[in-house]
Amino acid sequence: MSQTESPKATATNKDEEQARWLAMYEQMLTIRHFEEHVNQLYMTARMPGLAHLYSGEEAIAVGVCAALRRDDYITSTHRGHGHCLAKGARVDRMFAELLGKEAGYCRGKGGSMHIADQDTGNLGANAIVGGSAGIATGAAMSIKMRGSDQVAVCFFGDGALGQGVLYEVMNMAALWKFPIIYVCENNEYNEYTHYRETTAGDLSARSAAFGVPCETVDGQDIRAVYDTAQRLVARARQGEGPAFMLCNTYRYYGHHVGDIQRAYYRSKEEEERWKTQRDPIQLLADWLVEQGMTDHTLFERIEQKVQAEVEAGEQFALNAPFPDPGEVEEDVYA
Amino acid sequence: MLSSSTVSQHTTAGVREITLGQAIREALAEEMRRDPRVFIMGEDVAEAGTPFKVLSGLVEEFGTSRVIDTPISEAGIAGLGVGGAMTGMRPIVDIMFGDFIGLAMDQIVNQAAKVHYMSGGKLKVPLVVRTTMGATRRTAAQHSQSLQAWVSHVPGLKVVLPSTPYDAKGLLKTAIRDDNPVIFFEGKMMYQLKGLVPDTDYTIPFGVADIKRPGVDITIVATSSMVQIALAAAELLEKLEISAEIVDPRTTFPLDKDTLIASAKKTSRAIVIDEGYERYGVTAELASVIAEGAFYYLDAPVKRMGAMDVPVPFSPVLEDLTVPTAASVVEVAKTLCGRV
Ligand SMILES: Cc1ncc(C[n+]2csc(CCOP(=O)(O)OP(=O)(O)O)c2C)c(N)n1
Ligand SMILES: [Mg+2]
Repeated sequence: MSQTESPKATATNKDEEQARWLAMYEQMLTIRHFEEHVNQLYMTARMPGLAHLYSGEEAIAVGVCAALRRDDYITSTHRGHGHCLAKGARVDRMFAELLGKEAGYCRGKGGSMHIADQDTGNLGANAIVGGSAGIATGAAMSIKMRGSDQVAVCFFGDGALGQGVLYEVMNMAALWKFPIIYVCENNEYNEYTHYRETTAGDLSARSAAFGVPCETVDGQDIRAVYDTAQRLVARARQGEGPAFMLCNTYRYYGHHVGDIQRAYYRSKEEEERWKTQRDPIQLLADWLVEQGMTDHTLFERIEQKVQAEVEAGEQFALNAPFPDPGEVEEDVYA
Repeated sequence: MLSSSTVSQHTTAGVREITLGQAIREALAEEMRRDPRVFIMGEDVAEAGTPFKVLSGLVEEFGTSRVIDTPISEAGIAGLGVGGAMTGMRPIVDIMFGDFIGLAMDQIVNQAAKVHYMSGGKLKVPLVVRTTMGATRRTAAQHSQSLQAWVSHVPGLKVVLPSTPYDAKGLLKTAIRDDNPVIFFEGKMMYQLKGLVPDTDYTIPFGVADIKRPGVDITIVATSSMVQIALAAAELLEKLEISAEIVDPRTTFPLDKDTLIASAKKTSRAIVIDEGYERYGVTAELASVIAEGAFYYLDAPVKRMGAMDVPVPFSPVLEDLTVPTAASVVEVAKTLCGRV
């Protein structure tokens, strides 16, 4: 901000800032409600298969995607609902995909772990751990070859640090200065095993070995996530090459919706600590109040809006038709 | 689901009904007790006992030095398995979903399968890779494939496809005692399948097919999950007065060609079913074995049935169309028997 700004401009900036944070707040809340409904759909046996919920990690997807343009790319993971929504997917079509309906983003062929939506730059969630590292880096290569100023973001969990392909592509991204941000969501667990039992050494040193700068971020603090992402995205857009964001976070639910007995691998106290002290939505809400950017009625309004949208989306999906059986053999080849 | 032949071999011992998952756990535990060189490594195999809970209890008995949780590094753990096997250990590598053998494929195909031959028979790779197969779990295209054809194609590998708790236990013990790399596919939808299993030590030799149900009108050769489908189809066919003989090869390599051919010669008609993709699949090989070996006895072309040649779709209404069912097997059998 320049010192010569007029009072009016400052007011506008403040308005813009408020609008931006409130939008992020609303997006996080949408993901939270969406996931709670997904869990209920599973518990009431209305959703086929399983789902890996993103609750607790919302600040990462929302903060990073807020720093992206619609035409920037992302790749996502098995825990991908949050990334898809944050990049602009609609709640109703997300639900429809989770229920295997024709109106879903993949016409029911993909399900929870495979949502892709090229209209919002989402090159796909991926059920292979580390499976999208190549895709995201290839997209970044293509951006460079096409002379575009887009950026690619590769989301993955701490577990993906075990996959060799990640290091192969990171090396090439560094060699050839691809515009990509690797966003590691360290929620401390690879399924049912703590990452310290599977991951040697310093996580942030991995990308550093390739000369790819790593920024470690509090993944529960959306302002930190957003600020860091903005910087790294701007840098990549200017042709300065890849970066790595290590975001520390926590998932509230089990590894998937069926993982209910968790005491053998993590304690209730640990879960409660994160939920009560490190909740990303609450942290942003507290800050907004502190800044005088919002009040109780505004929160209430957002809450109602989000609830209505999620409920309507779920109803839409429940009532939507299944694909025609003939579609099973469509789409195998382009 | 014990076949008549196998029951009679073992009626001297106590026989209990256990699930396929329990049979596998028992085989692993007994082999680990018998041979200190045997150990298990894989993702979430220890306290979690795998996502399918098949290994529950093993880490409590054998400790974390023999039931080893690994990073999510399929290529790496398969590689450790090969090297460990070459130097005096007998590793069992757990690849959670069969789809993930894609990540371990170089280690399995270019390393494990080749070492013995390339070394002029000097080096051995007594490695077992346990993995899963099978659709209809609503987990879509990357968690539902049955990729046994991939590894059955490669000389140097042995491939096991158990269809009952009894077979699973006896074949897994044989796999662990074998001096070659063995890929062991478990039907993930069959872990709860119950069957009679003796409580004494037994093994089942590789390359010996099992007649799961005798019959005279048509031979149905089926593997793994498709054995249950074939048995259900045989029940329905019996009502139509078609007597189906169900033959389970149990291992795609080594393959008991003689039993397949003899059955087809006897019935003069054959269907071959495997849950892998139909094209270039296990069924193609089995069908050609029958066509070559029983050509002059056949009254109809050998018919193959496999998974539809599409990536497995998520939506249940689509996914259920992709695998053979008892009803679809009955229809094919009726056609082959001239009953339409
Ligand atoms: C290559 C591969 N191996 C194993 C799995 C099974 N699996 C699914 S999620 C998961 C743990 C992933 O942990 P992490 O990357 O930290 O993501 P999180 O679930 O914590 O978000 C595993 C092992 C898989 N999907 N792909
Ligand atoms: Mg994790």
